[in-house]
Amino acid sequence: MSRAVPQRTDEELVEAIAQADEDALGELYDRFGKVSYGLAYKILQDAALAEDAVQEAFLQIWRGAGAYRPERAKASTWLLTFVHRRAVDLVRREQARRTEPVIAEPQGSDPGADDAAVARSRREIVQDALRRLPAEQREPIELAYYAGLTQSELADRLEQPLGTIKSRMFTGLQRLRVLLAEAGYESA
Amino acid sequence: MSNDPHDLLAAYALDALDDDERERFEAHLPDCEECTEQLALLREPVAALAYAAEGPVPTKELRDRIIESARAEPRAAVIKLPRRKWALEAVAAVAVAAACLAIGLGIWAHSLSNSLERERSANSVVEQLLAENATAKPLLGANGSLIVARNGEAALLVCGLAAAPSSKTYQAWVITGKTPEPAGLLSGGSGCRSLALTRPVPSKATVAVTLERAGGATSPTLPILFRAEAT
Repeated sequence: MSRAVPQRTDEELVEAIAQADEDALGELYDRFGKVSYGLAYKILQDAALAEDAVQEAFLQIWRGAGAYRPERAKASTWLLTFVHRRAVDLVRREQARRTEPVIAEPQGSDPGADDAAVARSRREIVQDALRRLPAEQREPIELAYYAGLTQSELADRLEQPLGTIKSRMFTGLQRLRVLLAEAGYESA
Repeated sequence: MSNDPHDLLAAYALDALDDDERERFEAHLPDCEECTEQLALLREPVAALAYAAEGPVPTKELRDRIIESARAEPRAAVIKLPRRKWALEAVAAVAVAAACLAIGLGIWAHSLSNSLERERSANSVVEQLLAENATAKPLLGANGSLIVARNGEAALLVCGLAAAPSSKTYQAWVITGKTPEPAGLLSGGSGCRSLALTRPVPSKATVAVTLERAGGATSPTLPILFRAEAT
């Protein structure tokens, strides 16, 4: 992507979307469509369902852009929250028909754009920070986030009391935040 | 086991709550400043996890499909919120709309306070409303407030809402149980518009606005364009 022209910030794009600016929606997709789809696919392991989750998340942004509060969350965080929630809702619906949760191995990825290097370095920083979490904190976080397990399912699966799971997730996320900050991580 | 909603913070941020737990937490969240702040801190590392997920790339058609679906959606466009914390926003929206309230809702406003004078400045109207313990909640999806007096009398104040098309009207609904009850019609248009709701708004009820055919409907047509929940 050429950066020659001063770009609107992500937050400015959401403001424009609130004014029904379709180009801004397209631009937001160009920036976050891939990470959104990668996340949805990882959770759902199904291309059609992953596209549905991403489409619905972007439409939620389209409908709700007027309610966006930039001081509460970055635009990308806000979007990815929608993508994740939608994907988790879909995978739970699917899993009601399956017996075992789908826990994916990473797929070969093809970012395929000039931003690939940035995306790779961001990915590596996050993966590295995750690896540095104690396993007892990393496991419930990964199973919740990437496989859509509820906290009760986590307690069963990891054979720990629910209270322990809750506090490990909380401590793990706080620690992850610190690790990311130390690694100079900046979300988009 | 503890039923403290604060325990649910991390699981909520990770979408690891079941539907009931999520509903319970989301009911608690708007009233809990600490939760809101803590959640904002957890949102960033959670969103970062998305970047660690390696996946294939979407088809080229997905982008077009999203834009086409967006284009096909009816929506109340042109809604801009000030960059302030919600409590301030609510008060600010009241201040902006206070003149509408005093004039447009003359009789209703009068019932809020017998001493309320139409000529009072916007600020003193705000003070009056707050002194009367009327609560203002910001609208989600539009700029404005839902104002509810202690006796349940309520008004919607909406600013910058695009005028409804000629064959259509905005319609407010009060939702307490499963059945939304019609609560008045609103045309939209420039500036701030107010609507005294035709039925009382109980605590915890949701007030939602949809776009309906002119004259209004007996049950709402989705989507909900904007809404607010009474305290």
